[in-house]
Order: sequence, then structure tokens, then C-alpha cells
Amino acid sequence: MSLALIRFLPTSANVPFIKIRMWAIAFSVLLVLGSLFEFGNVGINFGIDFRGGIQTEVRTAEAADVEAMRTVVGDLNLGDPRIQQTGDPREVLISLPLQPGEGLEGEEAQQVARRALEAALEASFPGIELRGTDVIGGAVSGELVVKGVMAVTLALFLMLVYIWFQFEWQFSVGAILALTHDVIATVGMFSITQMTFDLATVAAILTIVGYSMNDTVIVYDRIRENLRKYKKMPLGELLNMSINDTLSRTILTSSTTLVALISLYLIGGEALKSFSFAMIWGVVIGTYSSIFVAAPLLLFIGVKRESSDS
Amino acid sequence: MLQFGRWKLASIFAIIILGVLYTLPNLVPEADRYSINEIDNSREPRGIWRWIPSSTVNLGLDLQGGSHIVFEVNMAEVRAGQLETLAADARQTLRGETPPLLARSVAVIGEEVVVLMARPDDRDAAFERLSGLSQPVTTALGQPGLAQTLTVRRDPSDANAIRIAVTPEQLLAIRNRTVTQSIEVIRRRLDGLGTTDPTIARQGDTRVLVQVPGASDPDAIIAIVGAQASMSFHLVDETINPGPNGQARVPPGRTIYPMADSNPVQYLAVETASRLTGENLTQANVTTHPNYVGPVVGFRFDTQGALVFGDMTRSNRGQRFAILLDGEIITAPTINEPILSGSGVIGGSYNYETAQQLVVLLNAGALPASLTPVEQRTVLASLGQDQIESGQQAVMIGFLAVIIFMVAAYGIFGVFATLALLVNVILIMGGLSGIGATLTLPGIAGIILTIGMAVDANVLIYERIREENQLGRTPANALQAGYERAFSAIFDANLTTFIAAAVLYLLGAGPVRGFAITLGIGIITSVFTAFVFSRLLAVIWLRALKPKVLPL
Repeated sequence: MSLALIRFLPTSANVPFIKIRMWAIAFSVLLVLGSLFEFGNVGINFGIDFRGGIQTEVRTAEAADVEAMRTVVGDLNLGDPRIQQTGDPREVLISLPLQPGEGLEGEEAQQVARRALEAALEASFPGIELRGTDVIGGAVSGELVVKGVMAVTLALFLMLVYIWFQFEWQFSVGAILALTHDVIATVGMFSITQMTFDLATVAAILTIVGYSMNDTVIVYDRIRENLRKYKKMPLGELLNMSINDTLSRTILTSSTTLVALISLYLIGGEALKSFSFAMIWGVVIGTYSSIFVAAPLLLFIGVKRESSDS
Repeated sequence: MLQFGRWKLASIFAIIILGVLYTLPNLVPEADRYSINEIDNSREPRGIWRWIPSSTVNLGLDLQGGSHIVFEVNMAEVRAGQLETLAADARQTLRGETPPLLARSVAVIGEEVVVLMARPDDRDAAFERLSGLSQPVTTALGQPGLAQTLTVRRDPSDANAIRIAVTPEQLLAIRNRTVTQSIEVIRRRLDGLGTTDPTIARQGDTRVLVQVPGASDPDAIIAIVGAQASMSFHLVDETINPGPNGQARVPPGRTIYPMADSNPVQYLAVETASRLTGENLTQANVTTHPNYVGPVVGFRFDTQGALVFGDMTRSNRGQRFAILLDGEIITAPTINEPILSGSGVIGGSYNYETAQQLVVLLNAGALPASLTPVEQRTVLASLGQDQIESGQQAVMIGFLAVIIFMVAAYGIFGVFATLALLVNVILIMGGLSGIGATLTLPGIAGIILTIGMAVDANVLIYERIREENQLGRTPANALQAGYERAFSAIFDANLTTFIAAAVLYLLGAGPVRGFAITLGIGIITSVFTAFVFSRLLAVIWLRALKPKVLPL
């Protein structure tokens, strides 16, 4: 077997990660603060799942006239419409805000608005195809927000407990700080790009939490092993060695995951755009945080070390 | 680590063969797997498919097209009705039993029925009697439970007043009963229409989810599912002029209703009390009648209904009676002769479809409460098809890219990882088909993500082997140590992702659950294929070639 191997990664890397930890921490603090600021100031472009309202994906017979659509939909007086072209010139995403109204009457109002929208589109644009329509009432969208927040919180909590049981509490604090960093940075990214934040994005954030945790655990596992092996080595040096030991794995796995996700982003279709975007960003930030946040944090928190004679 | 016993080998192959068997139907067109019975449209597996799994993965509505509608059961309406009935019962109890007790008023105020006695002296006797209205709550199993249906109490601030409220236990029982009955009625209605494979399920406390594959018009479903279809028969009082807008004042016991499909809208005054209700109907069907052009809806009463209907038509010859459906008069014919057969027709401006719809509604019975759509998602089959195609392409390209990466990085071991990845995808598809899970668009994303992440376990192992190799171990030793040492990291790391998938499954809605399922299955299969299957390949390779150095 003489297959030439491309050795594009050094087998024994020795990057001084721990030395540059102050830069990394500064960067992360800025990233988190910037994200929170952006989130507070600009906010997030919530999708229909969380905003409520009506959204329809249409395909016109010829290239869509977005301005004409804006006029037709605006004339319905059903609130400020959003009209958005996807990659295909014939495909347009039209959405209306949540219609006003209390309780079940409000829910009926969404359906009334949908029928008006569909009728107006079909009358004004012959040959139009309403390919998919979502109507989310006020009650459901409110619950979805609560459930999404609950899901992310619960996932973070379970991770915390798991790491606590598997490692020492110091590790679980480091891991949770790194994960929270990832979640906030992802929210910040959605705030900056104004990409649609919908149910699939929450799924992506949970997966990022899982993925980033996965990365962190690999590094921590190596730290734990090295702690047993080199009882006298200074902690900083030991952390640096552990990160370097797992570096080529970290880069390889992140690369294959990114490659798969980029193919999803490019050809997976409109519905998965914001999901794959969130995941791509999440893999990058999750990999970064495992190396530059989770491990160096142990140096600040401190790790209990067995005495050399035990 | 490098020894595979006979049983271990057998189970590895058994798992892979099962995966292949369950995946296979997804690659073969339906027509080749089933023979369709022309008469009742049922299908039977044919040929080899009689002996091996023949069903494919269920596609979610976002991939096959269809409508997903969540309805809210209007419990406020049920509670209000409950209180009205309670007030009527209270009046009856006070007045009807001897000696009659005189109440100044019996009224529904807020969530209570408030009884004001004419004399404070009567209050204790009235309290005794009204307390008798409370009964043990009927439990879900139909048994009397411990809790009572009502709380009856003397108002401490008013010597005349008694307050009656429905207990939380009874409200819960009513809610459960109402939702369960609604689901039954919806199922009968959709079955009556011949809808294929609808899903009808309770969601949360007071919601019902209805999914109809292939239905591109949500309004058709809302019309058939959301109609309360409460039907009643009333005598028309033609001495009252309802006025042009139906706003005329009417004496007690009379109510004005609009005529359905009339333009401009016409009104009729009818007796408020119904003579018969839809509950007395046994059967309805689409038929024709010499007096009407076009189809009519024929109906038949049960025995008791037939008697009442016979009496009503005998003693009111020449008058009109009205059939009310959800607050509208759908027909008001004149009684020409007594109808003793217990059957009749509803004629009017029906076409075959609207007549059929009414028949389905009447046969399925009335909903115990009105339903309002609170969430609706509709996808056209063509969009679903596009999404399947782009998803498939993304899977293929992602797969290819990962293969190139792995082979470039690990040579022959990359080939093992690729084979493991292939088996992994087969096991995911087989697993989804086997447990009857639903594949959604986010589910496809889950598969792609798994393909990217699945090699992680292999990468961990190979990196470890590489390290051990550099420490100067023999190939067999390095292999052994690499698999052993990588295990704890692989296990811990995958468990965390599995926790995230489990949380998503528990709290996620609809399509997102599909993502959680494929991710969860993918994690299990990827640990199996990386840790067991690729190890088997490596061991076979090691035994066959006996290399002096590892090409890593």
C-alpha cells in the first residue's frame, strides 16, 4: 500500500495557544459585548415562527416584478409587507405581519388576511403558483419563543451537569462559559447580518451547543489524561500541550463538517439557508472557543491536581 | 480490541444486513414493490418484497406536500355553555321540587352561577337542594372519581346568595372529554371524505393537530374540520316579520336566524327551543328528489327522532319548519303532509360536492366546541419535490467532499472511514425506515451534518494511532492502543451531542423534531460504524497484508 499521503497538518504541532490567551480573551469579550450591543440596538430579524403572521413562497410565470407585488400586497392594508427575492428570479417570499386581534378572533384574522393575500396575488399575477404558505397565530408564535429559549437553556444545563459528573466542576464552568460565548456570538451574527432567525435557527444553535461541547470534551479529555500522565508539568504548559495534541483532529473534523455544511448552504435550497448559515458560523466559533476559551479558562479557574505520590 | 469473536462478527454483519434491507425499499419505485388492488385501492407487497421490509421512510409534509393545521378547541364557549346549563338546572331544582323555593334571580356572573333567594330564610333549604347537583367527577376511565363536580357555598357577604362554581377537577375532565370527542369527530369527517392517511393528534391541552398529505388547499380542510355542524329542527313562526335586517323585536321564545346562501340575506323567526337535534340523525346521504333540481341530502332519524318528527309534522301541517346548521337556516320547507317514515331531504342550491360535504358533516356528528386554526403550514407537492432534490444533491456533494478529505489525510485508513461512512448512511436510512420515523427537510440537514461529523470518531482514532505509531509501537500495537485510548473521548463527545438532540426532540416542534431524530440516530450509528465497523476493516487489512509500518 503506497498511497501518497498529503500531510497537510503537522503531526506534532506546538502553537503557543496559552501564551496568546490574553489576546483571545480580549477578542472574546469584545465579541460577546459587541453581539449583545448589536442585539440590543438592532435586534434580530425574527422569522414567521416567532413573529407570527403570514408568509407565502410564490413562483411567477415569468421573472417576478417585485415592485408590482409590493404595491398589490401593500394595497391590502394588512400591515407592512416584506417582499424578498430568493436566488431564483421567479421566486419571491412574501410575508405579512401578525394581524391585530385578541384571542381566537385574532387567530381568525390571520386566516382572513391569508385568504385576502392569496386572492389578490392570484388576481393580479396570472399563472402565479403559491408553493408554500405558513400562517402562525399570536399564541403559537409566543409559545415557540418560550420553547426555544427553554430548549437552549435546558441543553446548556444538561451539558453543565454532564461535564461536572465526567470531569471536575472547574471543567464544567469553563465549558459552559465557552458555550454561552458561542450562543451569544451566534445571536450577534444574526443581528449583524439580519438573516432570518426561525425555528431551524434554534435547532442550529442547539446543534452548535452540542458540536462545540463535543470539541471541548475532546480537548478536556486530553487535558485530563495529561494531568494524570505529567503530574509535575506546569498547568499552562500542560494545557498548551493538550490543545496541540488534539489540534490536527480538531481542524480535520471542523473541515469535514464545514465542507458538508457549505454544500448544504449552497445547494440545499432556500428553506435551509439560515440553518446552514448558523451552523457554519457555529462550527467556526465553536472550534475557536474550544481552543481559545474553554481550555485557557482552566488556567484562570484552576484545576485540582492529584499529588504526585497518589 | 483486535479480536472479533464469531458472535461479534455475526452481529456486526446482522446489523449491516438489516440496515441494507430496510434501506433497499427507498431505492426501488413503489410500483415494483407493491401490486395495487384496483377495486379497493389497497396494496400488497409482491414478489420478493413479501419476505423483506417493503415500506419506505415516511416523508414529512414539507417534502411530500400537504397541509398541517393546528386547531384550538374553544373551551371558553364550552365553559359558558356549561354554566348556562348549570343555571337552568339550579332554577329547575328550586322551582320543580316540592316545596318550591322562590329565587329572585339565578344568573351566570363571571365563572359562577349566583342564586339570589327571595327570602333569607329559604337559603339553607336551597343550599341543601343545590348541593345535590354536585356529583363525583367522571374519570377518564368512566368511573366516578373522588372529586366533586361543583362547589356550592353560601355567600358570606349576602344573606340571600348562594354561589355555585365548577371545580377545577371537573373543568379538567370536561376539557379532556371535549378534546377527545373533537378528535373522534374530526377523524370521522376526514374518513368520510376519503382522505388518505390523515394524522389527527392532540397537541398540548386544548389543541388538535390535523395533517393531510397532498392537500394543497387548507381552506377545504378548515371548512370540513372547523365546521361545528350543530344541527337542529325548529318550527317557523310566520306571524313575526323579522324585518329587513333581521333586527325586529321578537317575543320571548322566538329567535331570528338568517337563511344560508340568500342574497340579499333573508331572515326567518323560529321557535328558540329546538324540536330535534342532529343527535337524532342516524344516517345521511346524497340523493335526488323529484321536487328539486340537482342533488339533495337525504337523512334518517333514529326511532325516537322519527316519533317526534312524525308528531311535529302531523300537528303543524301547512306550516314551515327550519333546519338550522351552525346558526344559519339551511332549508325551511312547508309541511305538506305528516312524515311518519322518519326520513326527509334537505334541498336547495347544492352541487354534488357541497351536498357530499354536508353529508359527511351530518354523519360524523357535531363538534362539542368550535375550532379555530392557530397555525397552518401548507406546502405544494412540487416545492416538496424540489426540496428533496436539492437535499439529495447536497448529501451527495457533502459526502464526496468528505471522502476526498479523508482519503487525502489518511490514505488506506481514509478508505476504511469512507466505507464506514457509507454503512453509516445506510444505517441511518434503514433506522428511519425501521422505526417508521418521518424524514423532514431539517432531517436531511441532520443527515448532511452527521456525514460531516461522523468522521470525527474515525479522525480521533486515526490521530491516536498515528501518535502511538510515532512512539515506536508495532502496527498491531498502535492500532490496539489507538482504539482503546480514543474510546473515552469519542463516547463523552458524542454523548453531549446526543443530549442536544434529545432536548431538541423533547421541545422541538414539527419538522425540527425530524432533525433531532436523524441527528440522534446518526450519532448512534456513527459511533458503531467508526468504532466497530472501521476497526473490523482495519483488522482484516492488518491480517491480510501484515504491514511492517503503518501508512499513517
